[in-house]
Amino acid sequence: MRRQPAGLRTLTTAFLTIWLIAAVFPFAWTVWGSFKVEADFFSRQTWWYAIEGLRTTQETGGPFTLGGYEGAWIKNEFWKPVINTLIVTLSVTGISLMVGTLGGYALARSGHRYAFWVLIAALVFRAMPHITLVSGYLLPFFQLNIWGFLPTTIIVLVAINQPFTLWMLHSFFLSIPKDLDESALVDGCTRFQAFRMVIIPVMWPGVITTGLFSFLLGYNDFAVTSMLLRQENQTMIPKIASFLGSIQNEGNVMFAVAAVVSATVPLFILVLFFQRQIVSGLTAGAVKG
Amino acid sequence: MPHRTFAAFIFPSILAMLLFITLPIFSVMVQSMFIEHPAVLTTVENCGPFGGCTTETKVDTVAMAKLKAEAPMGQFAGLANYLNHNHLAIDDLREIFGTKSGFAEKVSSLMNLPFYRALAFTLTYCFVVTPLAMALGFCIALAVNTLPRLMKGPAIFVSILPMIITPLVGSLILSWMFNPEGIFGATLQWLANDPKLSLRASPVLTWIVILTYGVWTNGPFSFVVFYAGLQTVPMDTLESARIDGATRWQATRFVIIPHLMPLATFVALVQLMDNFRVFEPIVGFSAQANATSLSWMVYNDLVSQDAQQFGSAAATSVMTIIGVLILLTPVLIRTWRDFNRKVA
Repeated sequence: MRRQPAGLRTLTTAFLTIWLIAAVFPFAWTVWGSFKVEADFFSRQTWWYAIEGLRTTQETGGPFTLGGYEGAWIKNEFWKPVINTLIVTLSVTGISLMVGTLGGYALARSGHRYAFWVLIAALVFRAMPHITLVSGYLLPFFQLNIWGFLPTTIIVLVAINQPFTLWMLHSFFLSIPKDLDESALVDGCTRFQAFRMVIIPVMWPGVITTGLFSFLLGYNDFAVTSMLLRQENQTMIPKIASFLGSIQNEGNVMFAVAAVVSATVPLFILVLFFQRQIVSGLTAGAVKG
Repeated sequence: MPHRTFAAFIFPSILAMLLFITLPIFSVMVQSMFIEHPAVLTTVENCGPFGGCTTETKVDTVAMAKLKAEAPMGQFAGLANYLNHNHLAIDDLREIFGTKSGFAEKVSSLMNLPFYRALAFTLTYCFVVTPLAMALGFCIALAVNTLPRLMKGPAIFVSILPMIITPLVGSLILSWMFNPEGIFGATLQWLANDPKLSLRASPVLTWIVILTYGVWTNGPFSFVVFYAGLQTVPMDTLESARIDGATRWQATRFVIIPHLMPLATFVALVQLMDNFRVFEPIVGFSAQANATSLSWMVYNDLVSQDAQQFGSAAATSVMTIIGVLILLTPVLIRTWRDFNRKVA
């Protein structure tokens, strides 16, 4: 590109600065505030208290306090939902990928017309609002007595995740040359052997990218987990939602703030390490799709 | 690939989707035709030792349990669930449009009907957030593209945070900041010089804040897609435009935007579809008094613990699905055309 004229450059820089602040400030503010007491973070006088920590110093003796985290993690046993989230998201990611790679590979190599129809159906399924599906699950699940268990939720999330996984892996497998597995077939492999010995070793970049999105779906879900799990085995996000109802009345909003920050940290780490994959995954879906 | 191999490979995936996506859709359709059993009431006469008798009407739990066990779905009601006050509200509509009231009055009584209220917000969210988020994303993409190489990584990192964040968590974070005692809420009160201004008190502010949240969280997706698109703009076309004397604006308008147009249609269609499902922000902002969405209506019917209204939830679900399908049609047509082009 040519060098920008000074006016335009100032405008670009100003806009970008404003956007970057808008993108990061809410997080920074909440992380900072989570180490204060409620009278500071939700100050009736001025929000400047949240920066100085006047009340925090008065109440706890220091400008920062771990009170919120203590309340969330120890008093309200936030570690339990954390473990549940860990189980749910890891299982969802693992099973989705196992099922999805097989399906995506078949779709990419089939060449028959019905493969296209499967993809179209997947597209329609992907558009279905999750809460409407949930309203279809509840009554049958009550009847079958499988409501409220982690495995049920895991299977449901895997199924909801399948359309996206199939599309993503399908387009990824299309980018692996056909000759690779076909030469294995010529050498006498069965389709599955060819998949196992030739495709699996080269498919990891696509699988990791797809896995990230499966992970995010499981982690970020609220509609399914809040409706299909009992109080005892809830995951983090519905737990935070139920915190709001119970805690706000008791004047312990800071517990919820600390829980929210705790739930955000893993996402930050994920983006930090997998930024390239996330970006390439989004663009692969869009540019090729 | 032979049919049999294809079937073996794709079977688990198809099974999962059939069981947990297709079946529930049918279950919802059937369920929407039923309403919950009305409470069975029995009259019990209590006669005290001193002669006075009182009659008391109670819910007969035994009979209720028996009814529920016999027909768990409730009573068949045909289309009653769709037409009642909480959904299409045909009777109310007739009344509203039958009486000779002014336009504003008609709109306000329409907005008092739960379904139309939710539909109005859902559509507003869909059609306001989508274009604004795309415009924001496009501007960020152009701006980030001019950065020196070293700063691009961190800028992208920060820019995708609002998108990656859990929707419920993101909306909670913003709702705390817009709380009258939070930083933005207090500043707004100060700016407007109105100490009573709050999300709870002002429907307009609630709508604006949720729409802002929508743009904030959806913008990064468009940014990422457009940014990738910018990397593939043909350099020689840009070059020749420049030689022909195009200004920077003209080059953007006549080379870059046409190049990104197919991507833009794709993003628009996907985002419209996704924004139609708007749900978590309503919960996160506790905005139900001022703004509701179709998905939220379904959720609300399902969470009322003592009497979950499956029939009502199902009717709203079916209508939501119809809405999604309408928005989906252009995507399907596009995919269909692409596929045929690839085959041809």
